[in-house]
Amino acid sequence: MLNLSLKQLSAALAKREFSSVELTQYFLTRAEALNPTLNAFITLDPDASLALAKQADVQLASGQGQALTGIPVAHKDIFCTKGWLTTCGSKMLHNFVSPYDAHVIEQFNYAGAVIIGKTNMDEFAMGSSNETSYFGPVKNPWDVMAVPGGSSGGSAATVAARLAPVATGTDTGGSIRQPAALCGVTGLKPTYGICSRFGMIAFASSLDQAGPMARSAEDCAVLLNNMAGFDSRDATSLDRTKEDYTRDLDQPLAGLRIGLPKEYFSAGLSAEVGQAVEAALAEYRKLGAVTVEISLPKTELSVPVYYVLAPAEASSNLARFDGVRYGYRAPEYDGLTDMYEKTRAQGFGAEVKRRIMIGTYVLSHGYYDAYYLQAQKIRRIIANDFNDAFKQCDVIMGPTSPSVAFDLGAKSGDPVEMYLNDIYTIAVNLAGLPGMSIPCGFSGNGRPVGLQIVGNYFAEAKMLNVAHQYQLATDWHQRMPELAKGVA
Amino acid sequence: MKLTGADIKRIARLARVAVTEAETDTIRNEMSGIFQLIETMQAVDTRNITPMSHSQDMVQRLREDRITETNQRALFQSVAPAVEAGLYLVPKVIE
Repeated sequence: MLNLSLKQLSAALAKREFSSVELTQYFLTRAEALNPTLNAFITLDPDASLALAKQADVQLASGQGQALTGIPVAHKDIFCTKGWLTTCGSKMLHNFVSPYDAHVIEQFNYAGAVIIGKTNMDEFAMGSSNETSYFGPVKNPWDVMAVPGGSSGGSAATVAARLAPVATGTDTGGSIRQPAALCGVTGLKPTYGICSRFGMIAFASSLDQAGPMARSAEDCAVLLNNMAGFDSRDATSLDRTKEDYTRDLDQPLAGLRIGLPKEYFSAGLSAEVGQAVEAALAEYRKLGAVTVEISLPKTELSVPVYYVLAPAEASSNLARFDGVRYGYRAPEYDGLTDMYEKTRAQGFGAEVKRRIMIGTYVLSHGYYDAYYLQAQKIRRIIANDFNDAFKQCDVIMGPTSPSVAFDLGAKSGDPVEMYLNDIYTIAVNLAGLPGMSIPCGFSGNGRPVGLQIVGNYFAEAKMLNVAHQYQLATDWHQRMPELAKGVA
Repeated sequence: MKLTGADIKRIARLARVAVTEAETDTIRNEMSGIFQLIETMQAVDTRNITPMSHSQDMVQRLREDRITETNQRALFQSVAPAVEAGLYLVPKVIE
């Protein structure tokens, strides 16, 4: 069961080679064995998971199984999950048992998938190392001294260590792709609007997007089939014809034009990452692709633009956490305003407060034009630059992250240094484009390298095809951390 | 740009986040560093560029004016810090 693809797991479940209860118990045993080391899950509830597995077995026995029926899925703790603790990695929601399901969770429930647990994450998805979680940092399965990336670090570590076959994540500035790269797994951030944001705790609403995390592009395609879809409860959900994201997986890559932004291969990129990415590009040329140099001239500015826009949206979204309707309330206070201020001071961690305050400042009287409006204008230029680039190529490739996973604590003291980690991923969110990361090698000290693939709007099936063909020719995505091998 | 201690207190007040005297300096230093990064935007000529608030060029969807939600007050209040008789309890604000 350990390394079977979703397709293989589904076929085995349909043939009753093993039951969903057996499969779920298998991964629960692994999760319980490794979670004390990795801290990848905030919540494991074996009884609840096994009850879902039993239901799935009934469905499977009646021949009513679908692609994901009976499959254990780990969900990022940002998705409201009815009856499950849903913390978003924050003290503010440390006691929040969600009274309803996010749309993404509903979709998995309809399909008969099993919730295996809720994964750890940076608090309110604000972080690139998982160190801002109120529940403690996640450790990278390839090296427990290293960060797993963030904010979907728990989901990435879960997939890498085989604590679940697949997981969900969300990506506002790189939060699926960067941890996927740092943990050696495959992750996809779809075009903005493909997956409903309903019940997905909001960070920056114009950037947040849910997506799949798995070992392979093929599994990501199967997951995306289930996650995508129109939902009237999300005002930005796109009403589009249903797509089969697996449809192009087997297409050959001959003639594929890969754009290489020169800004992604310049100073700031570590030599080891650069070499692994170059080797991946050589593999693509062998598969018949051609590479063309392109330019995304405002790449460097995407970081400051993001750190105006995302905090601005966050300061507004996080105003709802006031200690009145749900979550944490300060034990002692003197009047209503004092209750708000103490609740928020105690309930939010340092990084979240920092971003709320940046957002408050850039939106405040007298500063709006200089910061917020200027950032929105540069956002337009960044989106236009991508638009121009896609006239010359079918997909864009480059590194996902400038370096492999860094050591725990190495950057947590300097917010700006931490922010610069997302230099290659942020612009994709600003433009609303789909992006993914696939494993393409290792550093000398055994830490994974990720290759980023960016597509034009709605090009997910193409990107998954491009990733899948590479994964047929290479085995980076099948490598397994030593730590994961020692568990029954 | 240099932020002052008074700036930090004003922002904290607007954001409804209590900040102690001891924290003010650390926050001021960290935020000044971040604003140094943000200031690099000012060098870009953005005349005649329309601000982009969103990647989608869409208008608000309209729907029929009919009831779509059922009353779930008890369920939603079950996760509140303090409720009584179906009401959320907060400190007294009107004498």
